[in-house]
Amino acid sequence: MTTQTTTRRGALMAMAGAATAGAGLGGLPWRGARAQAANAIRIGVITDMSGLYRDTTGPGSVALTQQAVADFGQRGFQVEVLQADHQNRPDVGANIARQWFDQGVDAVVDLPTSSVALAVNQIAREKNKVHLNSGAATSDLTGPQCSPNTVHWTYDTYMLAKSTAAAIVRQGGDSWFFITADYAFGHALERDTSNFVRGAGGQVLGNTRYPFPATTDFSAFLLQARSSRAKVLGMANASTDTVNTIKGAREFGLHRSMKLAALLMGVMDIRSLGLEAGQGLLLSETFYWDLNDRTRALTARSRGRNGDRPPAMVPAGCYGATLHFLKAVAEMGPAAAKASGVEAVNRMKAMPCDDDAFGPGQIRADGRKIHPAYLFEVKAPSESRGPWDVYKLVAATPGEEAFRPLAEGGCALIRS
Amino acid sequence: MDAIFGIPMPLLFGQLLLGLINGSFYAMLSLGLAIIFGLLNIINFSHGAQFMMGAFVAWMLLSLGSAEAARIGLTLMLLPLVLLLLDWLWQRLRLAQPVRLGAGVVVAAAWIASAVFMEQGGPVSQALGAMFPQGLSYWWALLIGPIVVGASGVLLERLMIAPLYKLDHLYGLLLTFGVGLIIEGIFRNEFGSSGLPYRIPAELSGAWDLGFMFMPVYRGWVVVAALILCLATWLVIEKTRLGAYLRAATERAELVQAFGVNVPLMITLTYGAGVALAAIGGVLAAPIYSVNPQMGVNLIIVVFAVVVIGGMGSILGSVLTGFGLGVVEGLTKVFWPEASATVIFVIMAIVLLTRPAGLFGRA
Repeated sequence: MTTQTTTRRGALMAMAGAATAGAGLGGLPWRGARAQAANAIRIGVITDMSGLYRDTTGPGSVALTQQAVADFGQRGFQVEVLQADHQNRPDVGANIARQWFDQGVDAVVDLPTSSVALAVNQIAREKNKVHLNSGAATSDLTGPQCSPNTVHWTYDTYMLAKSTAAAIVRQGGDSWFFITADYAFGHALERDTSNFVRGAGGQVLGNTRYPFPATTDFSAFLLQARSSRAKVLGMANASTDTVNTIKGAREFGLHRSMKLAALLMGVMDIRSLGLEAGQGLLLSETFYWDLNDRTRALTARSRGRNGDRPPAMVPAGCYGATLHFLKAVAEMGPAAAKASGVEAVNRMKAMPCDDDAFGPGQIRADGRKIHPAYLFEVKAPSESRGPWDVYKLVAATPGEEAFRPLAEGGCALIRS
Repeated sequence: MDAIFGIPMPLLFGQLLLGLINGSFYAMLSLGLAIIFGLLNIINFSHGAQFMMGAFVAWMLLSLGSAEAARIGLTLMLLPLVLLLLDWLWQRLRLAQPVRLGAGVVVAAAWIASAVFMEQGGPVSQALGAMFPQGLSYWWALLIGPIVVGASGVLLERLMIAPLYKLDHLYGLLLTFGVGLIIEGIFRNEFGSSGLPYRIPAELSGAWDLGFMFMPVYRGWVVVAALILCLATWLVIEKTRLGAYLRAATERAELVQAFGVNVPLMITLTYGAGVALAAIGGVLAAPIYSVNPQMGVNLIIVVFAVVVIGGMGSILGSVLTGFGLGVVEGLTKVFWPEASATVIFVIMAIVLLTRPAGLFGRA
């Protein structure tokens, strides 16, 4: 179930094997490797290697976690990176995490798919380890389900809803119809977005919830959206579903009378959709490879680790979180970090963050990483200079405004 | 009256039409399944993967000039066709079976190795790129897609499914299920999970304003194409000599063989034809759905339900049920959208309880 490929582990084994073979002790390589591994910081990437979210997380997340380890360099302790596929199933993810924590893994990274993230969140707390979340969307990770062992790095449903919805209402899109994936993530995204639309003086004219993941054709829902006469079509879904919804909307001419709002969409989805169909879409991310000199430098450094693809937002989050975690470990010493996940996370919160992907920022008491959110518009084919040149920056929301205010999340760490 | 149960009439008409459009996909796919089940008694669980392969061939053909992955992919997809043609040639030269098998393995190994390990995908993919720098259009894909994917089906039947005829049906089901998973896994590894772009061909883009709804030209074309395919298949099976042989072989294969008909060849070609139908469905779907490795998975579960409701192996049954269930599903999306994925299985349960052989099946 778990595939373990390690960067340094293999090298360690080989080294230990060579050393002991030289000494003529055939039985020792295993013990030798283990003895060395006991001093090492072990980071496990739990991600979607085989499903819907593979392209936005998966191998890219592993590659950028390894990039963080490489950029961190040698500071007196070894770092190992492991990887596993959670198949988007909470039980599988929880099993891997439990097993890894018992085998001395200190931190788990990425955890896309909200349901899996929430399951592993409990286990990390129970075992007093570190949960560095990049891939999950649910804002509950820093709200009712917040934990002293967790850092939620990259984005969440609140930030997506605020950045995109506010911009569209400002542009005059004040009446909305939602097409929503009928599960926790879709409901949360629709709820958060509706709140912002109403808060900005707009209105929600209707919604339709389709069965997830069993729906391939969205034309029936598009027809309902059209007959609602709303100005904006809010798509509270993700990945292939969003791509199919947009393709259908263009086919049925919705884009002429309605503005399309993709509430969760990334570079990989745009590539799948094609610029022809995607041009003019507004969407929000916290990282884009071509955003500034630092992101371009990171992209250049990590080239070849995941084919010809530049880092997407979630892998970039794995990079930032891993790098900051390692800095905290270096400051407090690996032994102390291994002893207590809460202490390691507290140290992370105490230190200011700075990395090439997200720039300067900090981690709040509830575990929320604070950095700016960016509103992008998808380029027209004529404006694009390369296969990955897909966004124009429209607006930036400063970190303090981009995420849910500390007091509104309902996190128990704040009340106490 | 301009509303029924609070739903405006124009919306309702629109949904009926959309139901027919979706139904045409169900009909096309269940037709292939029904044919395969009728003659081979095999429930072809790799049908969804073969549908997906059809869509990918369309993308590869269009991207021949621009993407190396497309050139290499198409080179590998052409291998079954090349092997079948070589085998046919060798048979004409009266080579012995072990010799042909050995030579086939050598050719396949060389072909795969050159595409995977050589610079820029080896000579074949370079030639493909040089010959078609603009790629091949949708219309070529409609022709080439079913041939290429159908050939892979023929090879699959000869090498893996044929040895299982002696065993229980379950083995065929498990084999095709496994093969489907492997194919989807390979495509996911090579092309990722988020899908590839494919545009509606210029000739079929645009829409008609019907008053009560916008009718995209392409969706209209899908319905027409599906009707033509279904009608043609039905005519071949019911009205031609070949169809008569097929129907006879379904009843009593030994007897038909005794009359000098090459039944094993007919079975192989039937499987290939069923797979080719799935591939045409895939090519038709490429412009409107995201071309990704999972695209067949959700559709195929519904299509199996369609085949069961229509009556396993009944061709007319699958076609009518396909269109009918498309409409039922479309109406459910208006009145109770959350249940639109479930309604088909509820109907399946009711039909199985009252008519275990399906609506059009013979008990």
